[in-house]
Amino acid sequence: MAELEAVIGLEIHVQLSTRTKMFCGCALSFGDEPNVHTCPVCLAHPGVLPVPNEEAIRYALRIAAALECDVAPRSIFHRKNYFYPDNPKAYQISQYDLPLAVEGTLGGIRIHRAHLEEDAAKTIHLGESGRIHGSGGSLVDFNRGGTPLVEIVTEPDLRSAAEAGSWARLLRTTVSQLDVSNVNMEEGSLRIDANVSVRPAGSEALGTKTELKNMNSFRFLERGIEAELARQRELVEAGGTVVQETLHFHPEDGSLTALRSKEEAHDYRYFPEPDLVPLAPTEAMLQETRESLPELPEARMRRYESELKLSAENAAQLAADPAEAAYFEAVRDKAPTVEAQTIANWVTGEMAAALRQADGGAAADSKVTPKSLAALVAMVGEKKISHGSGKQVLATLVEEGGDPAAIVERDGLAQISDGGELESIVAAAVEANPEAAEQIRSGNQKAIGAIVGAVMKQTKGRADGGEVNRLIKEKLGI
Amino acid sequence: MAGELSGILDHVGRIGELDLDDVVPTSHVVDLENVLRADEPRPSWPREVVLEQAPDPAEGAFRVPSPRAES
Amino acid sequence: MGELLELSGLEAHAAMCAGELSAEECRDAWVEAAGSDELNAYLWRTEDGDSGAVAVERPCLAPIAVKDIFCTEGVPTTAASRILEGYRPPYTATAVRRLVEAGAPILGKTNMDEFAMGSSNENSAYGPVLNPWDRTRVPGGSSGGSAAAVAGGLAPWAIGTDTGGSIRQPASLCGIVGLKPTYGAISRYGMIAFASSLDQCGPLTRDVSDAALLLAVLQGRDGCDSTSVGLDTAPRLPDREDLRGLRFAVPAEMRADGMESGVRAVFEATLKRIEELGGEIAEVALPHAEHGISAYYVIAPAEASSNLARYDGVRYGIRAEADGDVVEMYESTRAAGFGDEVKRRIMLGTYALSSGYYDAYYGRAQKVRTKIAEDFAAAFGSFDFVVTPTSPSVAFGLGEKTDDPLAMYMNDFFTVPMSLAGIPAISIPAGLAEPDGGGPQLPVGFQIAAPAFAEQRLLEAAYALEQAIGFDAKPGGRIDG
Repeated sequence: MAELEAVIGLEIHVQLSTRTKMFCGCALSFGDEPNVHTCPVCLAHPGVLPVPNEEAIRYALRIAAALECDVAPRSIFHRKNYFYPDNPKAYQISQYDLPLAVEGTLGGIRIHRAHLEEDAAKTIHLGESGRIHGSGGSLVDFNRGGTPLVEIVTEPDLRSAAEAGSWARLLRTTVSQLDVSNVNMEEGSLRIDANVSVRPAGSEALGTKTELKNMNSFRFLERGIEAELARQRELVEAGGTVVQETLHFHPEDGSLTALRSKEEAHDYRYFPEPDLVPLAPTEAMLQETRESLPELPEARMRRYESELKLSAENAAQLAADPAEAAYFEAVRDKAPTVEAQTIANWVTGEMAAALRQADGGAAADSKVTPKSLAALVAMVGEKKISHGSGKQVLATLVEEGGDPAAIVERDGLAQISDGGELESIVAAAVEANPEAAEQIRSGNQKAIGAIVGAVMKQTKGRADGGEVNRLIKEKLGI
Repeated sequence: MAGELSGILDHVGRIGELDLDDVVPTSHVVDLENVLRADEPRPSWPREVVLEQAPDPAEGAFRVPSPRAES
Repeated sequence: MGELLELSGLEAHAAMCAGELSAEECRDAWVEAAGSDELNAYLWRTEDGDSGAVAVERPCLAPIAVKDIFCTEGVPTTAASRILEGYRPPYTATAVRRLVEAGAPILGKTNMDEFAMGSSNENSAYGPVLNPWDRTRVPGGSSGGSAAAVAGGLAPWAIGTDTGGSIRQPASLCGIVGLKPTYGAISRYGMIAFASSLDQCGPLTRDVSDAALLLAVLQGRDGCDSTSVGLDTAPRLPDREDLRGLRFAVPAEMRADGMESGVRAVFEATLKRIEELGGEIAEVALPHAEHGISAYYVIAPAEASSNLARYDGVRYGIRAEADGDVVEMYESTRAAGFGDEVKRRIMLGTYALSSGYYDAYYGRAQKVRTKIAEDFAAAFGSFDFVVTPTSPSVAFGLGEKTDDPLAMYMNDFFTVPMSLAGIPAISIPAGLAEPDGGGPQLPVGFQIAAPAFAEQRLLEAAYALEQAIGFDAKPGGRIDG
């Protein structure tokens, strides 16, 4: 049988961090007492009407722009009709065949569409051992009901669980830059479902897909997709056919179970929402959106590689961590003559290590100001202190803060630049290590390390390694 | 009821005989766009008021029988 | 006291402003009059100032009857349905709020067809309303309670709602004025929704001037209703004396077969009167208007099936006891809480929206609607108004049409097209006639429709015609008659 390839698409819900709900003025809240952020509108009392939140529209436009989507000149809201206690109107106001944005791209994956809708309320299921008179039942809390959501649907362009996981992380990092959402999977402000199918490698047709839900971390997302791909592969290779169904991921053991097929059997009877008028983003709104976009991770990574000549690894790492990137750029700003790659090395290497040693935490929150790191890197570059001494100074900066030059002075870490002093130390070291000297003369370059070591010990690391090397060789006449 | 419904459906179904190929269906009656609301919080209703009308309030929430088990 | 109750809304307001009449006296007189309701027009009446959160600060208008479809904070609001029995809304509808802020106390909440679905007020869960002209007959619907109250001397004026004719048709059957304004003129916030793209609030009054006064109070853009636009300018009291230079169109396709001969006679007589006043009459083609009933009875039930889905026993209203899961509770609550007509329309509406049928029903009906709007727009290119009888018949007997829903729906034949097109239309009493087959003399309404937002012109024409007709008949047995 031909090899089976994975075909994966993601359906993402981003909970927006506006101040109020999508269709009423109730404040958004997290972790408050149940039903303290409700009103007749979000409780669907008789006679109420929705009015859209203009900030939610702006946020959605920003997401659409970051995903390079085409924004519809005119989009409308639709009613999606279904009954469930967490859906008080028994319809969700969403968008159907005229969504806000279509046809975008991120990280090489095509975006099918992005649209606005409102979140459902929360139902807490009481078990058989329910706290109320030992009975079951459920409690509905409408605080969350009505929170603005942007739903993003990708094309099925992903080809592995790992790719899905890393793309999901890129999406998260990108959206986090826009200041429109906390995009936190554990909290529920970022929710990702996966549509998974398999097909013979090279085929263009799509196989039957299953929908995976309830994966609330990137790790679980990958595990769930991995498990489902394995299941489908096994099934198909044994001659079976995949049934379209919705599968619920169980974090305790990574298994997937089928939900009663209420989802696919459901006819949502979509029709245009008569209580709302169309959205027609003006040129001014679109312009404002474009101008409000910060440099996004993908673009930043490309800039770091092409303009700053950073290694692909460093570029990717910095682009994925906006705070670290900002710190890096602040340091560069203060040390414009130093090569960007050098600074990147210090920030992602020595600085990160020093922070881990101390107490963890981000560079921007540490006592090492960009100005002081810039000064330190410059001093090392100008050979005023050795690299080794530099690391020592950095450790001190992490602990105490302060000015690198002052610390060097105070702790006597200045590189030995007096040629005469260093020459005599080198001469003494050569004399004290005759075997090594002999080995070097006879061609064993590695033996130089012993003498270099002796010089470093003598100078307490304050000599420049390169210069020591040179002097040793000079002394030995090679 | 079924007989009445089918009689009504027969009558309203007569619109199937009209030629409506190039007609745009009415989806909105008023000629407005972009009617939006500023993102300013307004006081929510006090919970006692909200739960006053509830048939089965419990623990500050609306109690309902559970949905049938799903898996 | 009798003279006090004779005052129209406008006259009472003028008297109060002139200090000749105290607001309390006016209110007390009407509260007492409303207390002798034998028509089942009221579901709730204010007694001794118990109007809770909708109390008026500076009363200066006569008290008003409010159809029980408008939410009134703290005051029972049922939409004449069992499913909202005991419901007291936590907020007040904008239209009612505007009345209260203008100084009109609420006299009571009037009976109606359940969730505004009906043309006879026989679909109320709280009993039918009786027509004050003949208590064996219906007042029309769905604003039957409001119409009967005004016609029967139980209220000086009232507000109702009109989705396919629910203000105009009962006004016609009760011999009073009923106005459905342009869609969007008055806020729908707080009006229990039946069909969102069609529902509109409007006044039911003794005369056109009172309707104009109430329209001025009610209209306006509301931030709580995205579809409200208000009128360009606030309406003024009409004072036109003739109809010179105005062109009136009679639609050819709408000479319904089901029109009673008495209705036809009054209609033709009114056309003559228009000509006497200098107006021009001509026939116009409205080719799609006769399909209005079909389109309406797809669109309205479809939207209603969605709007009424929220009545589920979870957050307010009744809940039926059920042993099963939440879906069973939902189904038993609705089976117990909704009447037959509501159930019928929900089923129709659900079907019209369902996958596989949407294009044939809801989609098509919305296309028919576009054509009807285009027909009117074309007519208004050459005419100022379109005129028809308001109802094909005078008030019919209780129980006469309840077995045949389609026959009942045909009552809306002349009123539905204006609702679909979103244009304003008014019904004024134009005369009396006997029903086909004999019976008492009963009111016949004349409908005038105008282009969207042309309320002022509409009121002026209606006023001039009303003055010329001089309809002053009253039902026998009125408390003030």
